[in-house]
Amino acid sequence: MTPILTIQNLIVQRGGVIVLDVRELNVEESRILALIGPNGAGKSTLLLTLAGLLKPSRGILRYKGRTIETNADRADMRRSVSVVFQEPLLLNTSVEKNVALGFKFRHLNNVEIKRNVDEALNYFGITALAKRSAKTLSGGEAKRVSLARAFALKPQVILLDEAFNSLDPPTRETLMDDLRHILEETKITAVMALHDREETLRLAQDAAVMVDGKIVQSGTTAGIFNRPDSEFVASFVGTETILEGTVKSGSAEMMEIAVAGETIQATGAFPVGQSVYCCIRPENITVSTDMPEKTSARNVFEAKISKITRQAFFYKMFLDCGFPLVAYITVSSCEDLGLCEGSVVAVSFKATAIHVMRRE
Amino acid sequence: MELIIQGIIKAFELLISFDPEVMSITWLSLKISGTATFISLFFGVSIGTAVALTNFPGKRLVISIINTGMGLPPVVVGLFVTILIWRNGPLGFLEILYTPYAMIVAQAIIATPIVMGISLASIQNLPPNLRLQILSLGASRMQMVWVLIKESKLPLLAAVMAGFGGVISEVGASIMVGGNIKGYSRVLTTATVMETGKGNFDIAIALGIILLILAFLVNLLLTHVQQRQHLR
Repeated sequence: MTPILTIQNLIVQRGGVIVLDVRELNVEESRILALIGPNGAGKSTLLLTLAGLLKPSRGILRYKGRTIETNADRADMRRSVSVVFQEPLLLNTSVEKNVALGFKFRHLNNVEIKRNVDEALNYFGITALAKRSAKTLSGGEAKRVSLARAFALKPQVILLDEAFNSLDPPTRETLMDDLRHILEETKITAVMALHDREETLRLAQDAAVMVDGKIVQSGTTAGIFNRPDSEFVASFVGTETILEGTVKSGSAEMMEIAVAGETIQATGAFPVGQSVYCCIRPENITVSTDMPEKTSARNVFEAKISKITRQAFFYKMFLDCGFPLVAYITVSSCEDLGLCEGSVVAVSFKATAIHVMRRE
Repeated sequence: MELIIQGIIKAFELLISFDPEVMSITWLSLKISGTATFISLFFGVSIGTAVALTNFPGKRLVISIINTGMGLPPVVVGLFVTILIWRNGPLGFLEILYTPYAMIVAQAIIATPIVMGISLASIQNLPPNLRLQILSLGASRMQMVWVLIKESKLPLLAAVMAGFGGVISEVGASIMVGGNIKGYSRVLTTATVMETGKGNFDIAIALGIILLILAFLVNLLLTHVQQRQHLR
């Protein structure tokens, strides 16, 4: 894979304060990279820097192998990189004139502009809105127009800053599906600032977790969600259970880890005596009313339900089996099994479902 | 009361008969104030936009100075312009004292901070990321600035109205630098002052009404354009 955008030892300062400090980031061509992290982590600043809209204090930004140093380099790069901001930022004119804006800057003739604009409007299913004033659009329509405006220019890279924020759930769902489809079809490289785990899993092949202006982990989305490097990343990507333990014994691929007086089995190879974190995602825990007789799961415990909270389409169950565990269970399963707070259940999870991290 | 009624009757007579002197004064007023507003638009919008889009130490102080300038007393402007273009003054070689050119300069100085202050505020009121969005679509800096100015056209029309309204109705600076010379630098406001001083209230009232109608018509036109943009 070839990186289309590369960052090395990049520092961005605002008012003398370092707001971005990235040692290394590679944006691979034709892939979707999600920048995830809490508010104020520096995701938007990184996007603006990648777009050539912010001048770094020091460090290297490369676009297609070419170092971007001067204002002229940045202006040149901006012709190949489009940005979609959180707010649609449409001009107070018609939809078609908004979509045509980038072409006007490139001094295309009216025939070419019309052809490109019509194509983009059609692609995003908003041809009917062409003559409408941007002021009269709904949030979802305005977002589509801003996406059409960015995609119309056929950029090499598109940068999206929390593009689905402030949209109602059905609009967000549709737009997310359409965007993913378009990105897959056009093979345009995309970098998205997101703060929703579900959006990240649905859209991005790669991810970088940011906190305090730094990238704390980057890699494939699956890798980050299943094998977080630190307690912060684990908790941010939705690993509900993070247990402190000590390796009791181990062979080449299997370890026994002491956790709060219990022993759990996990894959991995840490030395005996090593302090570790055991991270278990809630969707990897199975809950049943009886102890399973035959199961491939290495870890089976009796647990008491200490709390149940209703989420959108499932229940979140807080379990006590000598150590705390969090599991998800569908609403119908919970009702079929007649589970309630105080019920005693059996929980099981595989050794491979536990991600073990060194604890300093 | 009779005086006022007679004055209003005389005013309408002058208006209906298209009195040549009144018409020439009106036309000169429009030319001088229109040119001054146009000049103030150029300087006010450029400087206001530059201040709005640039970060520099002391920016708040500069904005405070511009805002103070929006209430610049015309007499003070008249005084300084007179000193500058006085025969022995630094710009005395221009020889424009007591000419319409001096009046244009003085009125432009009065209107510029008004236009500048409103332009600055309107550009600052645009969404903060809009200029980044425009640059990200491939605009050059100049293209970006032009789009922002176009995007602020409604408040900028208000700036034109405020600037024109400020200068068409001012008298202090015009009389000081223009001299109120009959047929040359006499405008509606200076003529009104003079006729009032002479006790010719009918003519003064007529000139006052013309001034009001003129200001109203110009603002009506600009408001119409502004509201049409707003409804678009």
